[in-house]
Amino acid sequence: MATIPSPHTFRGGIHPAYNKALAAAEPIRELPLPARLTVPMSQHLGAPAKPAVKVGDTVAGGQLIAEAGGFISAPVHAPAAGKVVALEETLTASGRSCAAVVIETASEQVWQPLPTFPEWRFTTAKQLIDHIGTAGVVGMGGAGFPTRVKLSPPSDKPIDTVILNGAECEPYLTADHRMMLEHAAEIRIGAEIIRHILGARTLRVAIEDNKPDAIAAMEKVFQDMDGDVAVTVLHTSYPQGSEKQQIFSVTGREVPRGGLPMDVGCVVENVSTAFAVFDAVVNGRPLVRRVITVTGDAIAQPANLLAPCGTLYSDLVAACGGVAGRAAKVISGGPMMGFAVSSLAVPTGKTASGLLLLSPKKITGFTSQACIACGRCVDACPMRLSPAELSQCIEADDIDGAEQIALMDCIECGSCAFVCPARRPLVHHMRRGKAAVMARRAAAKKTP
Amino acid sequence: MKPEAPSDLLIISSSPHAHCGESVTRIMLDVVIALMPAFAMSLWLFQWQALRLAGVCVAACLLTEWLCRRAMRRASSLSDGSAVITGLLLAFNLPPALPTWMAVAGSVFAIAVAKQVFGGLGYNPFNPALAGRAFMLISFTGAMTTWSRSPWIQKVAYAAGSATTQATETAVDALTAATPLGFAKEALKAGAPMPLFSDLGLLKDFFLGNVNGCIGETSAAALLLGAAYLLIRRVITWHIPVAYLATVLVYAAILHLVMPGASLPPHVHLLSGGLLLGAFFMATDMVTSPLTRRGMLVFGVGCGVITMLIRTVKTGAYPEGVSFAILIMNAFTPLINRATRNRVFGTKKESARS
Repeated sequence: MATIPSPHTFRGGIHPAYNKALAAAEPIRELPLPARLTVPMSQHLGAPAKPAVKVGDTVAGGQLIAEAGGFISAPVHAPAAGKVVALEETLTASGRSCAAVVIETASEQVWQPLPTFPEWRFTTAKQLIDHIGTAGVVGMGGAGFPTRVKLSPPSDKPIDTVILNGAECEPYLTADHRMMLEHAAEIRIGAEIIRHILGARTLRVAIEDNKPDAIAAMEKVFQDMDGDVAVTVLHTSYPQGSEKQQIFSVTGREVPRGGLPMDVGCVVENVSTAFAVFDAVVNGRPLVRRVITVTGDAIAQPANLLAPCGTLYSDLVAACGGVAGRAAKVISGGPMMGFAVSSLAVPTGKTASGLLLLSPKKITGFTSQACIACGRCVDACPMRLSPAELSQCIEADDIDGAEQIALMDCIECGSCAFVCPARRPLVHHMRRGKAAVMARRAAAKKTP
Repeated sequence: MKPEAPSDLLIISSSPHAHCGESVTRIMLDVVIALMPAFAMSLWLFQWQALRLAGVCVAACLLTEWLCRRAMRRASSLSDGSAVITGLLLAFNLPPALPTWMAVAGSVFAIAVAKQVFGGLGYNPFNPALAGRAFMLISFTGAMTTWSRSPWIQKVAYAAGSATTQATETAVDALTAATPLGFAKEALKAGAPMPLFSDLGLLKDFFLGNVNGCIGETSAAALLLGAAYLLIRRVITWHIPVAYLATVLVYAAILHLVMPGASLPPHVHLLSGGLLLGAFFMATDMVTSPLTRRGMLVFGVGCGVITMLIRTVKTGAYPEGVSFAILIMNAFTPLINRATRNRVFGTKKESARS
């Protein structure tokens, strides 16, 4: 087992102020069980889950309350025991609404575990994959891709490298950092299970060099793991945690346009997802809770809270001493790619790892100007696009022109808008353009 | 302008919710600061003339921009500082004795025709200051190609008792003489031997600014100081200036090697005719130069080649080529941008242009 500096780093990227000191030293603290949980049916990529309970049902903690809504989907389980009091629409961080199962939690908690696989080394990959799917495990790095699907690549795409994503490149967020410090052993077992399932030879634990304590913690725990295992120390740069960029930094391979990591023999899993895999396989725990960093300069006591899914943001804020001064923006996720929410009545899910409360001082208001072609966005883009030209095309409604210069390759990381001196809302333009392209493609499909 | 919401409402916008803090005004301010050493030198060398021209050009540019924005019913753009820079750069390109009304005309052209008509900052295809200079060169050729000696240089020349200067001087206060490149061009056209370098001035004269020329282009030292500031502040990168100057150097070196009697030494080319001003302050104008590093190199080389062609072709009308070279390359910038886009991550080299 070695610790190796990453041999490459992706071209582009930015270096925002990280502000991680606010919460990095806060040990994970379990949130006291809220009286009410509004469990969303859509906590993952793909079709929403379908409720399998009705109003009035009593549920145990860990009990299935919604079935997967399709192949790309995941089931949802009750985070705690209680009574189902409503099936209603709830506001989500993105501004859309989705269905939710509202549970009033019981004072006496009952837990209903799933089967466990203590001998997972001797269990078939298929059995483990099915179990991980049954447990509702999804990618916890933000996208929520069903892990069961990610761990079942087709046989013509062999996987030789598993990368554990411990970069956590978003400013302010420290949830994964604390997980690596406090649950390194469990993360290791999760990583071993993942590697066993995929039959991969190589494992890399990728961590940015601004987290030396996490690097040391993971080094210690992965020390005696057999095979080609190493901790790769990444150059700190946003977005080092982006899958495609990280694969390049660790292996030098570029995921082809329109392709997936499996096309270059890699699978990337977030460290918290690895923990969830361990929890499901070894402890029989479905994914019903996660660590969320509640931070920012407008929260009284920043913390890393272990909260059940369905906790409202208002509960999280209250548990951290409430708002300090005035919160001008509340962001679900990190400042680069998170959603600015319109209210604190939004429930947590399996994917968002941060709640950021920012005071008016930290808000960069702007009047955006015309592009001055300074080229800083071109330098910053990790996908090597030309955001200046793309935004000019989209502003002029030249969607075809934008598509021709690789609009659809944009990963919406926000690096371009971060550096733009003219304060242009570049990501907003990209999204508008992409939506137009998707609408055209959908319309084209309908008229053969 | 910060969005203000009542205290109980939250502000919503698309991500990202963080910004590096840079602004167009800050960039322009850095350029103004970078021009200050050259401005200070011009005040010292040309005194009242420099102050007059700089003041007139900056004021005329600001006023023209304000009037244009009002006429177009657009928000005032004076606060971005670009009109101030156009005024200063235009002034730096003018001979000291130029009549005030001509400076005003040039400024109005630079802002109204070369910039606002296209939509203002960011939409102009040509460098406004250079467009203004080109307009003036063609409209007021005589006044634009008459250089009076700096009062400072006059005194030094008399004190040193240089034979050449004493012989050509008649009255102290109405002195005109050609620039070094002007001398060279005249010689070239007449088929006469090139003036000896020592007749044109010592190397340090070029460096410090003791030669004839437009008010802002004579002191290489001051310009390089400003350029260093721009590079440190990352307002410009090295690509355009180095590509431009290296091309001029190589071209001039080859020419001088092949025809030593009919060409100037390379370092004279580098230090005269507003090349340094052009390479560091005009060719690097963001709006009118390419986006990618590769594109910038192509742009710089193109500027160098055209500058040298204009300067050295025997039948050429102008001894000086920087302004026109940059303007011509400005026209090529969109094409250069198309040809030098970065290879998109995940694509192969052949399909770089998607």
